[in-house]
Amino acid sequence: MSAFLALLKRDLMLSVRQGGALGTALGFYMLVVTLLPLGLGQDLNLLSRIAPGILWIALLLAALLSLGRVFSSDHEDGTLDVLATGRMPLEMVVGAKALAHWISTGIPLALTAPVLGLMLNLDIAVYPLLMATMLVGTPAVSFIGAVGAALTLRSYRGGLLIALLVLPLYVPTLIFGMAAVNGLLGVSGTSAAMLILAALSLTSVVLCPFAAAAALRVQMQ
Amino acid sequence: MQLVAENLVLERGNRKVANDVSFTLEGGSGLVLTGPNGSGKSTLLRALAGYLRPASGSVRILGIGGSDGDTGESCEVGEVCHFVGHLDGIKSHLTAAENLTFWATYLSDRADSGHSVAHRVYDALEVFALNALADIPAGYMSAGQKRRLGLARLLVAHRPLWLLDEPTVSLDTGSADILVKAINRHLSDGGMAIVATHLPLAIEPARGISLVRKEAQA
Amino acid sequence: MQTLTQRLANPTRFMELSGSVLPWIAGAAAVVIAYGLYLAFYVAPPDYQQGETARIMYIHVPCAWLAMAVYAMVAMSAFGFLVFRHPLADVSAKTAVPLGAAFTFLALVTGSLWGRPTWGTYWVWDARLTSVLILFFLYLGLMALRSSIEDESLASKLTAILALVGIVMLPIIKFSVDFGNTLHQPASVLRVGGPTIDTAMLTPLLVMALGFTLMFVAMHFKAMRNEILRRRVRALQLAQVEKAQASQLAAAE
Repeated sequence: MSAFLALLKRDLMLSVRQGGALGTALGFYMLVVTLLPLGLGQDLNLLSRIAPGILWIALLLAALLSLGRVFSSDHEDGTLDVLATGRMPLEMVVGAKALAHWISTGIPLALTAPVLGLMLNLDIAVYPLLMATMLVGTPAVSFIGAVGAALTLRSYRGGLLIALLVLPLYVPTLIFGMAAVNGLLGVSGTSAAMLILAALSLTSVVLCPFAAAAALRVQMQ
Repeated sequence: MQLVAENLVLERGNRKVANDVSFTLEGGSGLVLTGPNGSGKSTLLRALAGYLRPASGSVRILGIGGSDGDTGESCEVGEVCHFVGHLDGIKSHLTAAENLTFWATYLSDRADSGHSVAHRVYDALEVFALNALADIPAGYMSAGQKRRLGLARLLVAHRPLWLLDEPTVSLDTGSADILVKAINRHLSDGGMAIVATHLPLAIEPARGISLVRKEAQA
Repeated sequence: MQTLTQRLANPTRFMELSGSVLPWIAGAAAVVIAYGLYLAFYVAPPDYQQGETARIMYIHVPCAWLAMAVYAMVAMSAFGFLVFRHPLADVSAKTAVPLGAAFTFLALVTGSLWGRPTWGTYWVWDARLTSVLILFFLYLGLMALRSSIEDESLASKLTAILALVGIVMLPIIKFSVDFGNTLHQPASVLRVGGPTIDTAMLTPLLVMALGFTLMFVAMHFKAMRNEILRRRVRALQLAQVEKAQASQLAAAE
């Protein structure tokens, strides 16, 4: 367990030191949200209606942007080889790194959503629920994304390829996240969607490390 | 304690790199791998560390039953080895001490519980003459200093088997001597070391295996 | 040279077997599809609501069936490759993916053409269309991942892992997409309590499905044979490179 915590702490420390990753993701997040009203027109009623969807999609794209580096920086400097020795299985290494990605990217993105919601004229009553769905759903984003990052570790079109592999797998997260938010806007089934979203996150936390670790093992040969 | 490699056949991209390699390494002794570029030294080390699954044959390590000594139990080599490859495994945004502290915590074993992490890190920095650089981010260091920092990892956590791939690259003679001393001390404490190298290193007691390029046999 | 023969040993039997079976399967596929088309256009009655356009179904449904069945087959091949390391399983997975993608694309196109007169629009975001579209993206992902990695054996293993991830995610994606309401007509052939479709339409549909499946099997066999031959050529070329290197070395010494 101390090895797991040490790795988690190191990854968080690195993301603070390097700084750029989170800044870039947040900047991208805001930019996507800024571009959409420019493209869709300034109808505030329309914007407030589609704001949760815009925020969720922008969050997925921004999280995706930072996924590429999850394993590749450790692969390039030889750290991944050393992480694979020792008693902690590679699955736990993946878990620690994906968890660090969630803490360093998923949570900040979810917490920024209300600020961007203001720009989209989103009803303030929706904020707590929107943030809750994002906090509950982003673990799935980080862990499923880790599988994509592991699979594309040695491919020569990293970033774009991750998007192609991972975005289809984000469909359930997006749909249930939106279903939970729409529940408050008066459609139905908020608690059911929220529970399914939580189940989705927990399942990815458990299963994705196995797929990602298998992919990493193959590439370390 | 014993490392047993039996009839190892290694393939890389459908090319046979090692054919039928067998050896036994006893605790307290070293093995020096020599051979020209492309003769499979790195591949053999990576296979021993468990990264590469051999096409046939096996690698086992016997007699590591945790703290209570020889029980004849065998386990995965990867769990009980230090691997130093061509890359240093150093994060340039962390200081030398932070890098080693991470590895000391991550790699620590029951055998290390006698010494605190800070203590082990301090000792390792001292041995590799890095104490003056302890609080300098590794990104500022020269290639040789980074290499020494990477090698200092060997001392922050106890591992019975050291697998070193060209450890002397970018080291000056003084630093290479420090490394050889560290290896010899590890051996005299009952450890094992397998070192792939071009330079003759004064590792005692050690046997040598010379690998030849496969094409040369044909 | 023993390794070279080893590498080719297993596919050799497949080449012999598939070579003798292939013409028969291809012929059967042609005959069955011809019969199915005859049934679909001359025997089956027009739908009492949708009229003649309902005949698109006889192409659309077999394609949709193959879109799903081929993905299941890819996943099974991937599993066989990862667990038993059988090279033939990788050949099967690799060659089935583009075929599956093609059938998925056809299912989408025919579905959209059928949708225009029926729903009044080429595309609706109904549950089944959306999940087939995502299935198409999963196929594209498999092809893109494989083509982006130079080392072929590495590419095979990673693609196999992705195929397994995909097969685990597919039911979840399907479930999530179904969570919203669906405009599409509910399943009418495979359902508890027997098909709701009239026998006069069901027979041609099943004949067409069988014909398309035979066609897929024939194309898959052909593609696998091509892939095996390509690998043999590559193995021979590699052997030649090694031989040239060896003689160069011998000359140097």
